[in-house]
Amino acid sequence: MIRDITLGQYYPTDSVLHRLDPRVKLCGTLIYVISLFLFQTFTGYIVATVFLVSMIALSHVPVKFIFRGLKAILFILVFTAVLNTFLTPGRELVSFWKITITIEGVRLAAFMILRLVYLIIGSSLMTLTTTPSNLTDGLEKSLGWLKVFRVPVHEIAMMMSIALTFIPVLLEETDRIIKAQQARGADFESGNIIRRVKSLVPILVPLFISAFRRANDLAIAMESRCYHGGDGRTKMRPLAYGFRDIMAYVVLVLYLAVVIVVGIMF
Amino acid sequence: MNFLEAKKVIFEYVRRGKDGEVDGFKRAIDEVDLDISQGDFIAILGPNGSGKSTLAKHFNSLLHPTEGTIYVDGCDTTDADKIWDIRKSVGMVFQNPENQMIGTIVEEDVAFAPENIGIDPEEIKQRVRESLVMVEMQDHRKSSPSKLSGGQKQRVAIAGVLAMHPKCIVLDEPTAMLDPEGRREVIRAVRALNDVENITIILITHNMEEAVYADRIYVMKDGRIAMSGTPREIFSRVEELEECRLTVPQVTKLAYELRKGGLDIPSGILTREELCRAICR
Ligand SMILES: Nc1ncnc2c1ncn2[C@@H]1O[C@H](COP(=O)(O)OP(=O)(O)OP(=O)(O)O)[C@@H](O)[C@H]1O
Ligand SMILES: [Mg+2]
Repeated sequence: MIRDITLGQYYPTDSVLHRLDPRVKLCGTLIYVISLFLFQTFTGYIVATVFLVSMIALSHVPVKFIFRGLKAILFILVFTAVLNTFLTPGRELVSFWKITITIEGVRLAAFMILRLVYLIIGSSLMTLTTTPSNLTDGLEKSLGWLKVFRVPVHEIAMMMSIALTFIPVLLEETDRIIKAQQARGADFESGNIIRRVKSLVPILVPLFISAFRRANDLAIAMESRCYHGGDGRTKMRPLAYGFRDIMAYVVLVLYLAVVIVVGIMF
Repeated sequence: MNFLEAKKVIFEYVRRGKDGEVDGFKRAIDEVDLDISQGDFIAILGPNGSGKSTLAKHFNSLLHPTEGTIYVDGCDTTDADKIWDIRKSVGMVFQNPENQMIGTIVEEDVAFAPENIGIDPEEIKQRVRESLVMVEMQDHRKSSPSKLSGGQKQRVAIAGVLAMHPKCIVLDEPTAMLDPEGRREVIRAVRALNDVENITIILITHNMEEAVYADRIYVMKDGRIAMSGTPREIFSRVEELEECRLTVPQVTKLAYELRKGGLDIPSGILTREELCRAICR
């Protein structure tokens, strides 16, 4: 299951989406996520679906790879669906024993699931097509104005980029620790919830120790390579908008217009 | 003045008790004198805990001596104004390649140091290209480091240091986590840099076979320099080395035993060919 988390992973290939300026993608993702919560009707979701499907097609990332990210949140999806189906009051659809399923409940559950699924796919599409350093460059640049309010934008961006770099390393490490503890007879699968939580301790303790050691090593390696914060730092590829990025902004504005029109008319 | 000079360097780690109060001192470096010229290939050997890593961290001002001084390229390492010049001219490569990768793409990782120094974008691209060529990793410049073998990762780490255009590279057990093939790759790259670019190399290692290529070997024990000399001199002192819990290369050991057994061969044999020649003579 740990390997299934695709959020925050980069899929190296060449596509229009990969070449877009990260600021466009950040802005686009933000608009898309907001639009998901504005839609209340099925027509709206058709628009969102069309947009998402065309983005996936443009990204050249294998569909299988994108959907793998959903496995990790399967539990949350099922949980939301069940809660919404059974607990929403309204007109009765079917009823057996003490449980009533309402039309509103089914509708709400479907919406919530679509929303969550699209949210995850939309945002993982951004990280899949943007290298972590590009992503944080984009964040650093678009949030640069916050520096006026003494927000340490560069430091936050650097932290994020390191976190993203180390997600795969730490996931692999977790897998290794789990296997090592299982080889010693640790049991993570049986028992009640308290026992299961307790059985996590022998995973978390070594994981934290190793994470701290890695952090220390990395800090020394960064200092050795002359890292001293964001002052006077340059970039190998400074961000600059091109024609492609302007076109992408036009597409985003069009999408926003459609969203608003659909929201008012239907 | 030589490129790197250490004069009576002492370093003590502060040992702390439970509440952070000073509990005592642990002397990790004890009156070390070093004299290294530009272009030298130096190997530092020593058992675990003999202070090799601690000494290495002094060379680029990550640690400052408790007593004594270290001059790098004429600058005192404790001089706060010179610290970035020193780190630029002395690059460091560490044991675990995974823990020193900063980029998610080889190229980005190599660009990290020149970006920190504040070099122009065009020049950075050029340096990245050149550095990757020097370690023969140019075909992997767009790969993700996690997809590379240990030897390749370590060569990328070396390229990341090369992009600073250093005068000296300190490698702290760079091959300890690698398989034999990876070790050969890394050592080949390091030797080429020393030969072709005249970069000073300080190689810390447990592996005697790697130390054979050095111009000069220092053996550390309990924070002191216990022995120093050319590989030939050092490896002819088999018993002293074994006292330091170091094993000499197999050929050297064999030659030593043969000599002790009464065969007439010179001491300090380093390669198989040499031994063959000595025996057939
Ligand atoms: N951060 C620290 N705090 C306190 N003592 C330390 C610290 N780091 C190292 N030491 C001690 O200093 C001594 C020298 O350690 P150092 O890591 O330099 O040895 P080393 O020769 O690099 O060993 P190895 O071959 O295991 O890498 C050891 O006795 C060690 O316990
Ligand atoms: Mg060490």
